[in-house]
Amino acid sequence: MTAVAARPGLVDLCALDRLVPDLGVAALVGDEQVAVFRLADGSVHAVGNLDPYSGAAVMSRGITGSRGEVPTIASPVYKQVFSLVDGQCLDAVGMDPRPGRGPDLPVYGVRVDHGRVLLDPRPVR
Amino acid sequence: MTEHVVVVGGGMVAHRFVEALRARDTARAFTVTVLAEEDRAPYDRVALSAFFSGTAPDDLALGDPTLWSDGSVDLRLGSAVTALDRGSRTVTTAGGEVVGYDHLVLATGSYAWVPPLPGADLPGVFVYRTVQDVVALRDWVHARAAELDRPVRGAVVGGGLLGLEAAGALHGLGAHTTVVEFAPRLMALQVDEGGGATLRRIVEGLGVTVRTGAASEAVEAGPDGRVGGLRLTGDDAALPVDVVVVATGVRPRDELAAPAGLATGQRGGVLVDDHCRTADERVWAVGEVANIQGRCLGLVAPGYSMAEIVADRLLGGEATFPGADLSTKLKLLGVDVASFGDAFGQAPGALEIVHSDPVAGTYKKLVLSDDARVLLGGILVGDASGYAALRPMVGAELGSDPALWLLPEDAGARPRTELPDAAQVCSCNGVSAGEVRASVAEGCHDLPAVKACTRAGTSCGSCVPLVRKLMAVSLAEAGLAVSSAMCEHFAMARAELFNAVMVSGLRRWSEIVGRFGTGRGCDICKPAVASVLASLYDEHVLAEDRAALQDTNDRVMANLQKDGTYSVVPRVPGGEILPDQLLLIGQVAKDFGLYTKITGGQRIDLFGARLEQLPAIWQRLVDGGMESGHAYGKALRTVKSCVGSSWCRYGVQDSVGLAVMLELRYRGLRSPHKIKLGVSGCARECAEARGKDVGLIATENGWNVHVGGNGGFTPRHAELLVEDVDTETAVRVVDRYLMYYVRTADRLQRTAVWQADHEGGLERIREIVVDDVLGLGADLDAQMARHVESYEDEWAAVLRDPERLAQFASFVNAPDTPDPTLAYVEERGQRRPATDAERAAGPVLIASTTLEVRS
Ligand SMILES: Cc1cc2nc3c(=O)[nH]c(=O)nc-3n(C[C@H](O)[C@H](O)[C@H](O)COP(=O)(O)OP(=O)(O)OC[C@H]3O[C@@H](n4cnc5c(N)ncnc54)[C@H](O)[C@@H]3O)c2cc1C
Repeated sequence: MTAVAARPGLVDLCALDRLVPDLGVAALVGDEQVAVFRLADGSVHAVGNLDPYSGAAVMSRGITGSRGEVPTIASPVYKQVFSLVDGQCLDAVGMDPRPGRGPDLPVYGVRVDHGRVLLDPRPVR
Repeated sequence: MTEHVVVVGGGMVAHRFVEALRARDTARAFTVTVLAEEDRAPYDRVALSAFFSGTAPDDLALGDPTLWSDGSVDLRLGSAVTALDRGSRTVTTAGGEVVGYDHLVLATGSYAWVPPLPGADLPGVFVYRTVQDVVALRDWVHARAAELDRPVRGAVVGGGLLGLEAAGALHGLGAHTTVVEFAPRLMALQVDEGGGATLRRIVEGLGVTVRTGAASEAVEAGPDGRVGGLRLTGDDAALPVDVVVVATGVRPRDELAAPAGLATGQRGGVLVDDHCRTADERVWAVGEVANIQGRCLGLVAPGYSMAEIVADRLLGGEATFPGADLSTKLKLLGVDVASFGDAFGQAPGALEIVHSDPVAGTYKKLVLSDDARVLLGGILVGDASGYAALRPMVGAELGSDPALWLLPEDAGARPRTELPDAAQVCSCNGVSAGEVRASVAEGCHDLPAVKACTRAGTSCGSCVPLVRKLMAVSLAEAGLAVSSAMCEHFAMARAELFNAVMVSGLRRWSEIVGRFGTGRGCDICKPAVASVLASLYDEHVLAEDRAALQDTNDRVMANLQKDGTYSVVPRVPGGEILPDQLLLIGQVAKDFGLYTKITGGQRIDLFGARLEQLPAIWQRLVDGGMESGHAYGKALRTVKSCVGSSWCRYGVQDSVGLAVMLELRYRGLRSPHKIKLGVSGCARECAEARGKDVGLIATENGWNVHVGGNGGFTPRHAELLVEDVDTETAVRVVDRYLMYYVRTADRLQRTAVWQADHEGGLERIREIVVDDVLGLGADLDAQMARHVESYEDEWAAVLRDPERLAQFASFVNAPDTPDPTLAYVEERGQRRPATDAERAAGPVLIASTTLEVRS
């Protein structure tokens, strides 16, 4: 067991080594599911794992990329593209989100400390 | 009140008339009855010869069959009209039926005219006009070939358009063929002496004997009373033949007119005015039977114009026959022949430029006005690629050096001349350059859209290259450049990327995007690069940094379903399965609570597997001798087969054996889109192989290989690539076809579209993969051999690799906890994902956690 002096409120998800560049993973934080990505440039991002357009918890299994300068994640179900920076849906591919859901993904604060990936479970937006 | 239109004849022009009237008569003012003598719905007579290259008669049918089931159209097949009574406004059929009309449209076409030739009624003499004719001809040649212990010998009387089509058919059936033409050259009506000479050389080069300036005197019977010889004036002995096709021209079927008191032309044809109306205002004539502006026209395009005119006039329009464009472009015996405008230079003072290249086998002539500026017409033999661009230029200035137009199209020297808006681009459907441009402005931004909107290029297709160019120019002008860019990260199309990656030898995403692209990629270009790498190097889909490039399906080697679970499909090669494997699949499904369904590809799909369950499921299947079926990949899916000669009473070849062999050969082959194959053991085609990308159908001697079929959104029948080949040849041809497709197709482009869009179409592809004209054969073979050699089961490979296995955790911080959002209800004894309403209702749900593995 790695002892990590986590800041109060931060959740220790896993070792940074566990994240393969550009391959997302899902994490369970209480009742919420979070999709965490380590990009090729070393940055780590976390957004909601629930895809608002299909209702399935699959965002971690999408393909990362970019739109202009913005790093993105595409839903593996119907291919909507979201910003990894602010969660905004950049391309809805002509669809509406499922009833009761907004178009965007929640974004979580995440940081790397002593080789561990730490998540702030309260969404930034 | 509706009025009743009766159409006599169910040919090409009748079809166009009904289609036009139905499309425009939105108020349903007319009902239509079509009385058709032939016993099949209107078909594409122009494409009749395609029958000999494997097109089934049913596939020649014209247009959308629902036209005939439209409640206001009554198509009566096998109903020949024998009399017309204009007084009572009725027609009578051979069956004695009397049908009344408000308007009568005669569209009876022509019959094949046979000159008074003694012996023309002997068994073994044929004409070439209807499906019935070509079926009879084929059956005769096949039967004779089986009886005689040598190749069948055939003669065609007539060296015009139809004669050469018939010669092509005989030649294709394996007969030694002679064409006998009275005139001093072939196709005397369309080409001049120089063109005729080139044509002759090419035709002879194919092994067809040509006799011009030769008069046929009599067909002679052999000892068995069937055709034995064809006597030519001046020859000592009759030409020994087993079959004769008479193709000496056509005559209008105007026999209803005279007894009904309607005037016919001196050389036949029902006389009509420029509105296609006879002297009786309720009777019209269209197509080949109409004698308009003093003559009958033996081409389909003017017939279509007439059909449109009558439809328009019935609806109160003012359309008038614009005069006939007798331009034609044909492919006879594989030779391009085109003639357009004033091909023979009959205008006063007309000048000609001729470019004849005996080595290349081409002859090209332009006819110009006396100041050598305006194009009047021309003849192209051997290479008619300039036809689409030249024909619409008739009447326009060609620029300062008209001879440049005779250079091969791709030489790049051809002057860029703007086509006037009024220039007709598609003569079959009467579409002008202006209409094509307008359609682009109205929002048609790709070829299918332009075709659908204008109908340009939807009949004979010869204008498609020109339509594409016009569209590209208009798009560019509107700032909508036709981009072949895949996405914002790669400015190239998949085929170019394939070459770039192949030539550079780069294998890592970061290097490839760094060198050929920009940014971080996206869900379009990343899987495309992964597919290219997979096709080139036959490495595991997750090799190197490739996992992150793959769609989730390829990444986890299963098919994502709507709720985020996956379906698993083990390979069942050729649909042949051991009872023990059936039991195993059943047991795995029970243990993991998977929903099971039989697929269309003759295998079994197991639904509802969670990400973290996949390795355990695979392990069970792999232990039982099964492997990945690649149901998730843009890759070979299945080779479907019928049971074939080992069990079936009718089978002539071992279709299961070949299907299993092919499936094991191509398994794992990554491609621009999914690929499916089919193998049928006899012509009954129970495997529905012609609905597949590659379909092999057994013949007595081997296999017919069809390519480019698919089901799905736009179903297509595969077209014949090679005929009657042995298994080894069939496999080599399929190897090359698939590899060539993998290399050159666009992203997500199915074989049907690829092959239709390929420069030169299927014919060119055949030259490349069968005749190896580009010398690519050995390379394609080697690449396929490498693929076969290096195949490994992707599932088994992951099971051996702990690092990759780590990716199959549900949650990074809770690897075995099932996704808590999953919920199911039971239906017909199995589970399926719950709907939103069912979730809201709560208690009926089966939570996924209750479906754990039974130990
Ligand atoms: C092998 C071949 C190749 C050709 N290639 C070309 C080409 O490349 N380009 C081109 O422009 N043209 C070509 N043509 C010519 C083209 O097919 C005709 O111009 C076209 O079919 C004319 O259409 P139509 O409707 O007037 O006549 P048809 O298509 O002949 O139809 C007439 C129909 O009316 C029926 N009929 C006749 N009398 C009666 C009656 N009394 N009662 C009921 N039904 C009746 C006939 O059985 C027939 O089915 C080709 C023809 C052939 C045979």
